[in-house]
Amino acid sequence: MNMIKVISANRAIAEAVKMCKPEVVPVFPITPQTTISEYLAQFVADGDLRAEYIMVESEHSSISAAVGASGAGVRTFTATSSQGLALMHEILFVAAGMRTPIVMGNANRALSAPLSIWNDQQDSISERDTGWMQFFAENAQEALDFVIQAYKISEDHEVLLPSMVCVDGFILTHTVEPVDIPSQEDVDKFLPPYEPISYLDPKDPMSLGTFTDPDYYMEARHDMEVAMEGAKDIIRRVNKEFEEVFGRKYNLVEKYKTEDAEIILVAMGSICGTIKTVIDRLREKGEKVGLLKVISYRPFPQEDIYEAVKGARRIAVLDKNISFGIGGVLFNEIKAKMDVDASGFILGLGGREVSPDDIIGIVEKTRNPTTETNQINWIGLKEEE
Amino acid sequence: MDIPEKEFLAPGHRACAGCGATIGVRLALKMLGENTVAVSATGCLEVITTPYPETSWKIPWIHVAFENAGAVASGVEKALKAQGKDDVTVVAFAGDGGTADIGLQSLSGAMERGHNLIYICYDNEAYMNTGVQRSGATPYGASTTTSPHGKESFGENKPKKNIPMIMAAHGVPYVATASISYPEDFMKKVQKAKEIEGPAYIHLHQPCTTGWGYDPSKTIELGRLAVETGSWLLYEIEEGEFKITYRPLERKPVNVYLEAQKRFKHLADEEKEKIQNYVDQVCAELKI
Amino acid sequence: MTSVGATVKEPGNSVKNKTGSWRTFKPILDKEKCIDCGNCILFCPEGCINKDYDIDYDYCKGCGICAEECPVEAIKMERE
Ligand SMILES: Cc1ncc(C[n+]2csc(CCOP(=O)(O)OP(=O)(O)O)c2C)c(N)n1
Ligand code: SF4
Ligand code: SF4
Ligand code: SF4
Ligand SMILES: [Mg+2]
Repeated sequence: MNMIKVISANRAIAEAVKMCKPEVVPVFPITPQTTISEYLAQFVADGDLRAEYIMVESEHSSISAAVGASGAGVRTFTATSSQGLALMHEILFVAAGMRTPIVMGNANRALSAPLSIWNDQQDSISERDTGWMQFFAENAQEALDFVIQAYKISEDHEVLLPSMVCVDGFILTHTVEPVDIPSQEDVDKFLPPYEPISYLDPKDPMSLGTFTDPDYYMEARHDMEVAMEGAKDIIRRVNKEFEEVFGRKYNLVEKYKTEDAEIILVAMGSICGTIKTVIDRLREKGEKVGLLKVISYRPFPQEDIYEAVKGARRIAVLDKNISFGIGGVLFNEIKAKMDVDASGFILGLGGREVSPDDIIGIVEKTRNPTTETNQINWIGLKEEE
Repeated sequence: MDIPEKEFLAPGHRACAGCGATIGVRLALKMLGENTVAVSATGCLEVITTPYPETSWKIPWIHVAFENAGAVASGVEKALKAQGKDDVTVVAFAGDGGTADIGLQSLSGAMERGHNLIYICYDNEAYMNTGVQRSGATPYGASTTTSPHGKESFGENKPKKNIPMIMAAHGVPYVATASISYPEDFMKKVQKAKEIEGPAYIHLHQPCTTGWGYDPSKTIELGRLAVETGSWLLYEIEEGEFKITYRPLERKPVNVYLEAQKRFKHLADEEKEKIQNYVDQVCAELKI
Repeated sequence: MTSVGATVKEPGNSVKNKTGSWRTFKPILDKEKCIDCGNCILFCPEGCINKDYDIDYDYCKGCGICAEECPVEAIKMERE
């Protein structure tokens, strides 16, 4: 039987992991991911999760142990945030290149310096080229649902790329909300056991992680590109299968009142909740505003985005990250991939509050762009004193 | 001693003629047998044995990066355990750089957590794969490409980092040093490491024709000279108990070892004397 | 085509790479002289001397370790 529990996104991720039954879980704590490590430790201590829990000495080792375990043929899970994700950087490429379908929870947090434990999305966005899929959750329910689906997507033999389920630090990781927790039977029905195609077994010896010369490397990378592009169809299929079992409907993107919208905001993660409330208010006043929530940042659903926004007069792209000198990464990718009239907004860095009024301001700036505001705008920046 | 005939490292690998690393791996795998999974750190061994689409490994093998063999082996060991494959031996091979320098943290974690695995450091006393740069395990006086001798330098000016003792300080059940030139001693130690429950660390001294500068035919001879001069010691520490496993009948002067290699050729008598004194002191402490 | 993750599923297939071509000196083993000590087998970096003391010249790189370590000089290195 499914049941409703009032829990945080970190708890929701841990509950999902428990039901997906990974066999090896190497983790290292970091705020605001820490409670995921702790919940999983407790599940193992209580016998609710039959996994080998490895309390490694760093994130570099948690992801390395996960690659080793995945290579040895089992389902694995790890989780991190910010500095921890950055420390993993090198091995994120290896995990993807070796095609190990690891699932990782990432509590999105700003990167040092200056040191900050608060939310933005710079950490995972900075790993966009590693070959990992990235799914951004708006709330705890999505966090749980995305973990369960991430295993099925990653482990699909057409994909075999690792996944990151991203939840905004503190905003989601440390606030509670009602979450529908599925039954183990339903999860078992939805998620088949992991069947690796490469593994370390003395009965069938293979060599994993070999050395390639220029004759082979490029094909290996191209195969990953094909897998990443192909993952979009797999995600759509898995979303459908998920809906059949659990009743909740997902897609690569979520359209919120975009059909007739003149102005469409494009964003990822928890901020989409705030945006939806603002849109409802503006709509009451007759303003045709909509939201396009990007769930799958990688693979990048350019067709779905374009399809949703092409009818709008102008769009606003909200980024909780900055690529210095060029602006928000999502903004730049959208501009590069489609012919749309867009303004970019950098906001919420290092936990800077984003208010409903800020959103309204963004809508205004997008509707009436000046030469100054039609490119990159910093929202919520303090005035010079 | 019964030495198994079967080979688990196939020929065709790209090691330099006379490579000591491959000798060490061959001997270790003979003792470990086919029910073994190997982990490699980046370095000569990894590069020479797995030029895609070829592999020299006849047992399952995985390489992830330079500095994480300890962590990868930890994950492999736990995954095998989770699958009920407790009978499979996990062995990690890493160079001295991958062990004493960049991989020390990962190794320390693995040892401290008590994984049931064997970690073999094949020590050729420099970063050979990238062209003979110094490592923490490079001995005093050796000229490498990043500790070159010159008008104002006699080469490496720090003594070799004592990794086996650092491992022993972790309180692991088995730590040993070995040399490819004393195969029975080495293979016995591998056998022990295999039988022991928990982490085992073997530090294998392994001459390298390219990095040390000597004729490839002399690989075994050089390893022997290291031990016979007291420059490299053979011992084991089993459950905390230290035991010398080989004592040279009569210790040779260090000079015969130094002069056989290009990396020490530049040394002045003064430096050689310092090395001899250091060796004498260590050997006196251990009654060798 | 590169296999998924560049995994190699043919254990020991480096035997395709005949390193015998690297050789400039060739070890010739005199079985009459041999006293069966096994040194040459143990110390060959290529593992290319079998239990009957036949040297596999497909892989022998001619390093000369076997000749150097033979206690009775049963192995001679000859220029190719
Ligand atoms: C993080 C990282 N830094 C540097 C390198 C370059 N690198 C590859 S192997 C190596 C040296 C390996 O030395 P060692 O561990 O002693 O093994 P050997 O090559 O001597 O067998 C270096 C510096 C790398 N691959 N990864
Ligand atoms: S450089 Fe040294 S360790 Fe590396 S393959 Fe050559 S001989 Fe072996
Ligand atoms: S010369 Fe070297 S490679 Fe050839 S058989 Fe003798 S030891 Fe082996
Ligand atoms: S080393 Fe010499 S004596 Fe010993 S087995 Fe080989 S050929 Fe025979
Ligand atoms: Mg080395």
